[in-house]
Order: sequence, then C-alpha cells, then structure tokens
Amino acid sequence: MTYTQLGVLAVILVVAFDLWAARTRLVTRRLFWVSYAIIVFFQLITNGMFTGFGIVRYSGDAIIGGSSPDAGPPPFIGDGRLAFAPIEDLLFGFALVLLSLSCWIWLGRRGLQRTPLAGPPIWRRAPTEPDEGP
Amino acid sequence: MDPGRWSYVAVLGFVLIGCLWLELALRTRVLVRTRRLLASMIVPVLVFYAWDAYAVASGHWTFDPDRILGIRLPGGVPIDEVLFFLVIPLASILTLEAVRSVRGWKAGDEP
Repeated sequence: MTYTQLGVLAVILVVAFDLWAARTRLVTRRLFWVSYAIIVFFQLITNGMFTGFGIVRYSGDAIIGGSSPDAGPPPFIGDGRLAFAPIEDLLFGFALVLLSLSCWIWLGRRGLQRTPLAGPPIWRRAPTEPDEGP
Repeated sequence: MDPGRWSYVAVLGFVLIGCLWLELALRTRVLVRTRRLLASMIVPVLVFYAWDAYAVASGHWTFDPDRILGIRLPGGVPIDEVLFFLVIPLASILTLEAVRSVRGWKAGDEP
C-alpha cells in the first residue's frame, strides 16, 4: 500500500476505535477538536522542520506529490505538500493524536488515575481546600 | 559524534519546550498521573512502530543518516522515531488537558 492509502485507512480505523471500540467518542466532543486545532498548528511547524531540513525524505511512489529532492527543501506548498511535508502526514498525525487521546481517556474512564483532574490555570484561584470539620 | 546527528532529537526538544510548561502553568496534571500516561502510550507506540517498520521496508520514507542518532531498532526503525512516538502522545495529552483546564469542557472521563 502507498502512504496515501495507509493514511486514509489509519484515520478510518482510529475513528472506529474511538467511536465503537474504546467508546471514548472524542470526535463528537468540542474539547477534542479545539485541542486538535492547536496540535495541528504545531504539527505543521515541527513537520516542516523534519522535511524542510531534509531529516526525513519521502518517495514519490508512496505519496500524492513527488519525491523529496536530493538537495534543498521540497516545495513549501503545492505538489501534494503543505509546510514542506506531504499532506499524508496530516492523516498520520491525526491518527496518532486521536489514538493517543482515546487511550488516555479510555484508561481514565476505567479508573486508572482518573484524578487529579486538570486545572485550574495558575492565574485562577486554586480549588479551595475543604474546611476543617468542627 | 557530529552534532548534526542530534537534528531529529532537537526537533523533539522543540516540541517538549512548547508543551511541558502547560503542566505547571495550566495544572494539566498529566505528568503526575504517570501510570496512566505511560499506559496510554503502549498502543500508539506499538501501532506506529509497526507502521514505521513497514514504511521503511517499503521505501515510503528515509532518514538522513547524518541527522539521526544512528541507532536502528528491529525493522530498521531509528530510535529517534520511537522517541517521536512517545513525545507526540505526551504533547497531545498535555494539550487536551490544557484546553480542559482553561475551558472546563467535558472529556468523558470525569468522576
């Protein structure tokens, strides 16, 4: 299979895992999509470093675009690329992020270190300690 | 060792700088839930390690030998990639918990 095909398959499988296997249903939650929007922004930066500096190179046989050049960076945008990286990396990244978050929430629901819950941020008052009893 | 060999790991360091502060500033409480964090990584590491080994064997992607540490694990997977499969789940979980800390939205694991 090509990277393109594997990417599409991985997204389908991980969404199915989230909805019906782990039943975490993160793709139905606003919390997930806002988090993913932040993550994908930083993914474009870090993936751009991996591919723009030539740390990782891709074969044109496996992706929509052409092979990474032997010298110099691939196109920043165009030829199936976004921020130097093949757009297939968005599928790969989405699958990795959703699978990780689904596992995290699934384990919490199962009772593994469900608490302490996150928050509040340090600029808000910390939760008040329970009053000492009489 | 040529410092260029740390290029891949340096990118991961950039990711860690970008997210680890959330644990303190937004009280994400991810690192203190260590067992849950480590257990969350098991399935993603196994799945994506297998994908990586397949991609390397099929020639989907290659790594510049001058920009990775040079330690290859079974299947030809660079150790740098294994670190990636640990750092990205950590960054993702920290981000989710940071958004929850600020917005208070439900994730489905509340007591």
